[in-house]
Amino acid sequence: MKFESYNPLLIEHLKRKITFFLFVIIISFGVLILRIWHLQILQKDVLQTLSENNRTKKVLQSDYRGKIFDTNNRVIVDIRSSFNLYITPENANDIKGIYKIISQRLSMDEKEFHQTVKTAPSYKDILIERDLSREDVAFIEEHKIDLPGIFFKVEPLRNYREDNLAAHILGYVGEISKTQLAAAKNSGYQQGDYIGQYGLEKIYENTLRGKKGSKEIEVDASGRELKILHQVFPKQGQNLVLTIDVEIQKIVEKLLLGKEGAVAVLDPNSGAILAMSSSPSFDPNLFAGKFSKTAWNALSYDKLHPLQNRAIQGQYAPGSVYKIITAAAGLGEGMVDEKFTTVCKGKFKLGNRNYRCWRKGGHGEVNLHKAMVQSCDVFFYELGYRLGIDALARYAYGFGFGQKAGFELPGEKKGLVPSKNWKIENRNEPWYPGETISASIGQSYNLATPLQMANLINAVANGGTLWKPFVLKKIITNDGTVIKKISPQILKKLPVSEEHLNIIRKALSGVVVEKRGTGYRARIPGITVSGKTGTSQVIQLKSDEEEEEKEEIPYEFRDHAWFVAFAPSENPQIAVSVIIEHGGHGGSASAPVAREIIKKYFQLYPLKNV
Amino acid sequence: MFDRRIVSSFDWTILILTLIISSVGIVFIYSAMHGVASDSLKKLYIKQIIWVSYGLACLLIVLLFDYRHLAKFSYLIYFFLLILLAFVLLFGKKVSGAQRWLTIGNFTFQVSEMAKIILIITLAKYFEGGKLIGDYKLKNFIIPGILTTIPFILIVKQPDLGTSMVLLFILFVMILIVETHPKTLLLIIGTSILILPLSWFFLKDYQKERLLTLIDPNIDPLGSGYHILQSRIAIGSGGFWGKGLMAGTQSRLHFLPEQHTDFIFSVLAEEMGFAGSCVLLILYLLFFIKALDLISKVRDRFGMLLGLGIISTLFFYVVFNLGMTIGLFPVVGIPLPLVSYGGSSIVSTYIAIGIILNIGMRRSFIE
Repeated sequence: MKFESYNPLLIEHLKRKITFFLFVIIISFGVLILRIWHLQILQKDVLQTLSENNRTKKVLQSDYRGKIFDTNNRVIVDIRSSFNLYITPENANDIKGIYKIISQRLSMDEKEFHQTVKTAPSYKDILIERDLSREDVAFIEEHKIDLPGIFFKVEPLRNYREDNLAAHILGYVGEISKTQLAAAKNSGYQQGDYIGQYGLEKIYENTLRGKKGSKEIEVDASGRELKILHQVFPKQGQNLVLTIDVEIQKIVEKLLLGKEGAVAVLDPNSGAILAMSSSPSFDPNLFAGKFSKTAWNALSYDKLHPLQNRAIQGQYAPGSVYKIITAAAGLGEGMVDEKFTTVCKGKFKLGNRNYRCWRKGGHGEVNLHKAMVQSCDVFFYELGYRLGIDALARYAYGFGFGQKAGFELPGEKKGLVPSKNWKIENRNEPWYPGETISASIGQSYNLATPLQMANLINAVANGGTLWKPFVLKKIITNDGTVIKKISPQILKKLPVSEEHLNIIRKALSGVVVEKRGTGYRARIPGITVSGKTGTSQVIQLKSDEEEEEKEEIPYEFRDHAWFVAFAPSENPQIAVSVIIEHGGHGGSASAPVAREIIKKYFQLYPLKNV
Repeated sequence: MFDRRIVSSFDWTILILTLIISSVGIVFIYSAMHGVASDSLKKLYIKQIIWVSYGLACLLIVLLFDYRHLAKFSYLIYFFLLILLAFVLLFGKKVSGAQRWLTIGNFTFQVSEMAKIILIITLAKYFEGGKLIGDYKLKNFIIPGILTTIPFILIVKQPDLGTSMVLLFILFVMILIVETHPKTLLLIIGTSILILPLSWFFLKDYQKERLLTLIDPNIDPLGSGYHILQSRIAIGSGGFWGKGLMAGTQSRLHFLPEQHTDFIFSVLAEEMGFAGSCVLLILYLLFFIKALDLISKVRDRFGMLLGLGIISTLFFYVVFNLGMTIGLFPVVGIPLPLVSYGGSSIVSTYIAIGIILNIGMRRSFIE
């Protein structure tokens, strides 16, 4: 074979090119090695993390919120499992078709549904609907084949066993808001988590809240879960034991049903709250689970303000209950004693104005005892007038008015104790002597909350100790270990001597027991009850208007009815304050409520030596 | 036909390097696919062993014939190629939208794989004689240009951008190797640089995206940037010593796309780390140095041009594939010679290496 292509000159030329080519190859490999070094050595840490993130998926499991028990360890609040509906957009190929099917059973806004599915990252599980009913779950399970990307998670949900029971104290949990989420940075909260939004749920959020569990799962590129690499089980939060007695709380709420008002029931020996209720109330279950906006609006725009806790936030004129303070001041300042008498002719004249006693005909000759028992206004007009507003204010303050009782829940109102200084500072007007007259029977500017009223009668009952009311008895773990026990705290002692207090207590017993006592409706056979009626004026009635005509006054202008009581009179174990808004007279509207509560209490805890 | 001189000048080193690199490929195809659910995919490494055996057989067959016969029949072979390419366009088997496969009996193969070697043979034949009087001028490149453009267009139409770019690269390498007049060379390089940006307008959208994501894969991490990003993560997370054989999470959990074909290096780098990557690169480097050394001893111009054309094409494949996996080049479907899974690629690489060995083997036969 002969070939033409052999030419030494041209071969030499090509050999030079080969040397150049070799050079190019070595340089290229050098560049490749440098780049690989850059990735595998310099960027190793970053890329290793990315690789870990790639292959693992962290799934958080909801924590189990602590339970809430009543004073006898009965469960009031716990958790139950709920079926929550989720969608993973990347697995759902036909979003419209899915909507068509699930909207047959679940009411949801089509636009909102598409919006949430579209805006979320496609690999994430998006919550569509919480707490589906058994029927809805069954329906979706039936159509599972046509619903790719749709699945359920069984998650714990707060369960308020008795619905409305003690709603204002317990509060509620709700989904964490964006602002809350921003404020609670680094504390493990995530969007969609529940957080205490009101009441004890809010105050003891950190106690009740458990610890989330987590599962680290190895996943492949298509998101399939292959195996669990690491698992931390969720932990339950701590439990609250309350001073509330469910049985008493139930009867209180039953008695308040359909009325507006509040009740506070205290233990005279500690200040523990045995029951406290505000009516109308609400169902905290509505806030957990699928809570629709309409239901929220219905509650927050309700004219009767069901979300307001009237027991600590409602401020009412104390009415004749205030006479306890006026009496204590009179005795304390030496203005009156047991023997002192005055004559009630049905009115008290100051200047050219007449201040009427509630009893048109007058009470005749009255001493302190009779004035308390029959709630004679004229006696206290005269006494108050002689004491002056500042002395009254001093005593009112001593009885816990005008200051927060120091209850655990926020939003507590202070009430109002008027004085000369207060008038100048707040109204920019001098105090008029006439105002002292109505102030001495608890009207005028005087304001107190039902809890303050309960605390007052509680102190009178126990011999002068003003306790700090409390609702949380102890914090325990799930196995019963006590984490924290709350011991009763004394706010102060009433500015009344024992002798004077006994005079007042005797009169309060008379209010219920004696023939003409205004609180006779609170009588219970076998139990000695003491109490005081009160009427909180909604509008200042003209002095010559007839009290008896009250029934004809429009509802919203009718007076609020007070009754405060304790029992047994000799050795009190329960103290109650009741206010029924627009209930009219305390003796008729509120005394029977207090009676039923006390009756229930002694059914539950019978007196030993009777 | 088999002279003792021929056998004694056979380069065993190149063959052994070829087999070592092929074995590396088989090991990592096994590693890449062992976590797959499908049994047929799991056994892909066995198929690769079969392909390597076929390749080896083809290599031996290539050794039997004197490569210089190729020069004689080069234009005939070239013509035959054009007919096959046209045939593929009309009757070829479609695989994922591209017509690249020709089925004869129950044997399918990629005609474009053959196009590269045939173009090298044809161009080597054209430049074989050289120009004793002066250098090659622009007009001398008109015929090679046409010879390249016809198969180029036919392959672009398939469409197989990767292979068609290789054809242009082959022409460019030939122009570089032969005695091109410096001014002509500058002119060609200059126009290429000017034309290159214009080609942007002829690219399809997905091709543009691939180029853009090369610069920053994060502009579309789940779309066209996904391959680059995941490959980068795989390689980088290997660190110095790697995660261990079959322990690469990126490949085992299928985050790596094309883990047994174009991105096989990412599997190796993840599992064997920087150390393993260097070993593979050194194997390739030794192969190229050895092959160049062999070719430099040849005293036949056609053989040299043919050998250099083949070596530079293999080099182009290795550098482009590695560059692609480490994010230096855009993602185009270019396999890693000898390592990536694929029958056509393995067989044609073995044929190419067979030709190199053939040239080296017969160098001393030339008077």
